[in-house]
Amino acid sequence: MIIPASNYPKYPGKRKVKYQNMGTNIKLAWRNLWRNKRRTIITVASIFFGVLLSAYMTSMQEGSYTKMVDIVVKFYSGYMQVHQEDYWENKSINNTFEYKQDLVDQILADKDIDFVIPRLESYGLASSQELTKGAMIFGIDPKGENHLTKISDKLSAGNYLQKKDDGVILGQGLANYLRLNVNDTLVIISQGYHGISAADKFPIRGIIKHVSPELNKSIVYMSLHKCQEFFSAENRLSSLVINVANNKIMKRALRHLKRKIKHPYSVMSWEEMQPEVVQQIEGDRAGGVIMKAILYIVIAFGILGTIMMMMMERRREFGVMIAVGMQKRKLASIVFFETLFIGLLGILSGLVVSYPILLLQSANPIPLTGQAAQLMEEFGFEPYMFFSTAWVVFRQQAISVSIITLIIAIYPVISILRIKEIKALRA
Amino acid sequence: MNIIEITHLHKTYNESEVKVHAVNGVNLNFEAGEFAAIVGPSGSGKTTLLNLLGGLDSPNDGKILIDKTDLSELKSSDLIKFRMKNIGFVFQSYNLIPVLTAQENVEFIMHLQNRSKQEREERSMELLRAVGLDGRENSRPNKLSGGQQQRVAVARALASKPKFVLADEPTANLDSKSTEQLLSIMEELNRKENITFIFSTHDQRVVNKARRVITLEDGKVISDERKR
Repeated sequence: MIIPASNYPKYPGKRKVKYQNMGTNIKLAWRNLWRNKRRTIITVASIFFGVLLSAYMTSMQEGSYTKMVDIVVKFYSGYMQVHQEDYWENKSINNTFEYKQDLVDQILADKDIDFVIPRLESYGLASSQELTKGAMIFGIDPKGENHLTKISDKLSAGNYLQKKDDGVILGQGLANYLRLNVNDTLVIISQGYHGISAADKFPIRGIIKHVSPELNKSIVYMSLHKCQEFFSAENRLSSLVINVANNKIMKRALRHLKRKIKHPYSVMSWEEMQPEVVQQIEGDRAGGVIMKAILYIVIAFGILGTIMMMMMERRREFGVMIAVGMQKRKLASIVFFETLFIGLLGILSGLVVSYPILLLQSANPIPLTGQAAQLMEEFGFEPYMFFSTAWVVFRQQAISVSIITLIIAIYPVISILRIKEIKALRA
Repeated sequence: MNIIEITHLHKTYNESEVKVHAVNGVNLNFEAGEFAAIVGPSGSGKTTLLNLLGGLDSPNDGKILIDKTDLSELKSSDLIKFRMKNIGFVFQSYNLIPVLTAQENVEFIMHLQNRSKQEREERSMELLRAVGLDGRENSRPNKLSGGQQQRVAVARALASKPKFVLADEPTANLDSKSTEQLLSIMEELNRKENITFIFSTHDQRVVNKARRVITLEDGKVISDERKR
């Protein structure tokens, strides 16, 4: 027997009381937080700077990846390509496919798709007088290709191709090797569709300085019409290059297209076509994760130190609270809230300040100078440090600090659940 | 009718491999409405006895029955609940919650008891008036004197309408005036609300006011006097 219920007044509804108590616990936690203002501010500030730094670093990384993907996509592959299903394994002119308007219409039916451009790619020997060199031959729709890769901007001499142009554009490296200039003649010898021999002379319309050193030494652009004729591959294509607005949309469009476009075609994303770029990004991201992990570990110890100090200081008070009737789990929930509040304040202040800074940085990328700029330009990158304001930049920090805070919050909870009131009262 | 029955109570501490019998075979009963002081020299076992009575510590042997409930049979969470409903505590160093105002400190236990807001407010104000602190209800402990803090602690101890209040050296840190005020308040509350007060004390002023004086020495009751 404990106490007759009649000794106590009627209690209000359980739900109402639950909310009232929750409110009291939260109020108590909040006030406890400000007992030692300086310490709380220092702890919150450490999280704030951690979030700010980490968000800045992530933004810079993600900004550069976005730019890198943008360059890779606009450089050559587009976001996606449709091939004959064996083409990617064996890039032979015999593994090309016949152009069908139905296929293009099917692709363009997806509202995410911006445009589709046709290509016929193969290889040949490019010659001039006694000089010969292996070349990559790209049959392109001059207007469409320029829309994606902006190759006309890279012309160092001469003019860009017209729709049914008979001429070619050479990479500067190849032109130098073959000692050719605009209006000279290039000879190409190759094997056409199903083994038909292909050999022809082409007037040089222009020379481009391609950002890729490899392509610069081997690329030959000609109009699709001329290329099909040269390889005796009338109406045939090696790929349909598909462009979308960005990488996020690409993932959705790829899912749709892979469902729609089946045998004898295959749809590939730029990630599948250029796994080395994905690996490079992932590798760099992993490096960033280590840096951020170190940063957050330092912050975590800062929070833990504060919580441990707070627990030591208030041990006697906890003893009193339990002595007068507060259940340990309720007391633990108050201290849990306190720890959460510290984390939340740090996250919120960090995000509130970092967002406008990154927004500003994203609109005004930092220009690089000197050797760094030169190096970037050589690799085809604009000499700027780009920033991203993608949701992931902020989400990552919020999740990381929340997890750290939640893990740290286990310590006071366990300590309180283990507290012996008599020992705590003597503290 | 006895509200507290203590039978053959023993508490031993092992301090530096020496056994200290803090409470050594104590047998006591307390009736409702008592105003009792437990006195004795330092180390006589006063505080230990009070801690055992309050269920803050557990005896090595013996029983404590409060309203027929054996404290040793309650598990930890039930014991906390039991304390909340039946026992009020007043500590030597007040031990108010520093982030709560005087009124909130008094309301704290009623919160734990899930009392309604209206009841909490009414009861806390009634108690603060009773201890002479109306007008100071919004002051936090650091804005109150020692005497005022101890009066808030008494109000807090009574807020839950306990069966009895345990006060461990409640006047030890108070000046004469505050001690007088506090004792008068507790005496009045004892008379009006019939709440049992049990003090451990060295203070002769408290002993003089007590209607029962229990003297401990080496953990044993050596005298138990009731005043007329």
